Amino acid sequence: MKRLNKRPFSRRAFLAGSGAVAAGLTFAPRFGRSAEEPKLNFYNWDTYIGEDTLDDFKDASGIEVKMDLFADNEELFAKLKEGNPGYDLIVPTNDFVERMITAEMLVPLDHGKIPNFRANIDPAFQEAQFDPGRKYSMPYMWGTQGIGYRKSKVSGVPDSWKHIFDSEEYSGRTAWLSETTFETALKYLGYSLNSSDPKHIKEAEELLIKQKPHVKTIAEDNGQDLLLAGEVDLAMEWNGDILQVMEEDDDISYVVPKEGGLLWQDTLCIPKGAPHPENAHQFINYLLDAEAGAAIADFIQYATPNKAAKALLPAEYTENPAIFPSDETLANCEAELYQGEALQRIKDEAWTRILAA
Amino acid sequence: MESWRRNPLVFWVINLPPSLWLLFFFLIPLGLIWIFSFGEKRGVVDIEITWTLANYLRAMDPLYLQIFAKSLWFTAITTLLCLAVGFPIAFGISFAPAKWKPWLLLAIILPFWTNLLIRTYALIAVLRTRGYVNFTLEWFWDQGNWLLALLGLGQYQLLGAQFEALPLLYNNFAVVFGLVYVHLPFTVLPLYAALERMDSSYIEASLDLGAGQFRTFFTVVVPLAKAGIISAVIITFIPALGSFLTPDLLGGTDSQMIANVIERQFKSANDWPFGAALSFILMYATFFALALRALLARGSSSMEAA
Repeated sequence: MKRLNKRPFSRRAFLAGSGAVAAGLTFAPRFGRSAEEPKLNFYNWDTYIGEDTLDDFKDASGIEVKMDLFADNEELFAKLKEGNPGYDLIVPTNDFVERMITAEMLVPLDHGKIPNFRANIDPAFQEAQFDPGRKYSMPYMWGTQGIGYRKSKVSGVPDSWKHIFDSEEYSGRTAWLSETTFETALKYLGYSLNSSDPKHIKEAEELLIKQKPHVKTIAEDNGQDLLLAGEVDLAMEWNGDILQVMEEDDDISYVVPKEGGLLWQDTLCIPKGAPHPENAHQFINYLLDAEAGAAIADFIQYATPNKAAKALLPAEYTENPAIFPSDETLANCEAELYQGEALQRIKDEAWTRILAA
Repeated sequence: MESWRRNPLVFWVINLPPSLWLLFFFLIPLGLIWIFSFGEKRGVVDIEITWTLANYLRAMDPLYLQIFAKSLWFTAITTLLCLAVGFPIAFGISFAPAKWKPWLLLAIILPFWTNLLIRTYALIAVLRTRGYVNFTLEWFWDQGNWLLALLGLGQYQLLGAQFEALPLLYNNFAVVFGLVYVHLPFTVLPLYAALERMDSSYIEASLDLGAGQFRTFFTVVVPLAKAGIISAVIITFIPALGSFLTPDLLGGTDSQMIANVIERQFKSANDWPFGAALSFILMYATFFALALRALLARGSSSMEAA
């Protein structure tokens, strides 16, 4: 959901997208056994691809890409859980990549067919904790979670999670983000956001229960709307969402607090049962190309892990702190790891208690 | 009633499709969820059916009972408010001139033509700090100040130094308001059906014989509409109890209802067996209430006969 309405509404993208949804529903049967038919079924987030990427790829390779859209990782996961309905390429976020690897839902990638990975991708993204050796996933876009705020209503830059987790200064003017409040509270307390220590979890729970009366609401990923409407002055949100409202309102800004925050990475994966794995490899390689990657990043305004693509883009993109935070801040950020179902249950129960308190 | 025996073919041709539909798209999926509620998780996607009662026992934890109680409380208030608001509406429609009735009924049904999510977002635009209710109040506040200034009382700031917006959104008030708004049509329609059938000569008789308006209403109209009131209560209470969108979008930090917990079990917490158990507890409670009602209805009718 964090990538819903990425850019200010683009009619052209919308028309292209809705056409693709309609077309994507029919999966033609395979002919030939050896060579794959020139088709590819791509399951992606809304407005998460360049304007002409699919057409350009068709011109270059002759492969026609049909794109379906999903709204959040849970939807993607639920759709593939009971068997792949015909998708060749999907775009899960890091913790879901891990979940899908655990559940044996992904096909190992053939790095030999994706030369752009080693050639163009920033070395920092060539390895990943959630997918050692990048056997199953290729980096597509990444970003952070931080605080979106209204400049005229706060004193200075609210560059600490303290303002929304441990302070009465902005009582009644802050919003949490339901999916990751708990992990971020662990981060504020100085622990890893992946901590599984029951003592740390208890401490985070107590912190949040104590702060709750000062919080206006727990947003279901609409913190940017609350900020834009003036309901709150500080909202915990994904950088892309805040970036979108920053374009509409100059008084809004974004900061990743100094304690660090959640780092996310969306990846390209091939699900088991994909009818066109060869084409999928070819398309992945194309997406990791410098020029194609630059066109996508320029259009959707998310941080690209593609060094060669970034070099082609203007400073207003590469030096935007809401897209690329400073290295010091980034050093404190962490990606969420999938740590098994038992911890999931403990955290969900703690969250239920926080909401019921 | 026995006619179907004479025409069994017609009976089956007409009844088979809906029966199969009910079986495949309602009873079987529901049965699967029921079976899940006796399962245990094994890894990310696998559920093993061990016929354990652990999920139900877990739901008996005071934490969840407290959320059940809160949901029942919200829903009970909602149902009462729906009745209080819906009865006069239904009464008005049933006594409206015949040519007006279809239009008035259309006005009641019209919100159903819009998706619930859209209606809820519309409600946000009405209730928020910079929403239409507060804009209206601010306008009155401005007019009031202007009037006071005209009377030479401007310097006393009788209406406060500046306009304070009412906190109408992101609290439990907003949740109940939203639930009433969404479920009101469910209350009005059965009430209307009951009142429409009522013979108005009873009311005339009561008024002619000296009973006042209130007495007539409570001793004649309400008992005659009892069946409709009970249907209205049931058909409002049950869906309201299972709401999760309204508390999610309109609620504050302590507006969690049981359906929000259930939704999390099927999504982020990925614990289908526990979610299934919670759903079925809700369903058992509903069945129990319906059975109780049937029992009471039978009891009272046999007393009347005696």
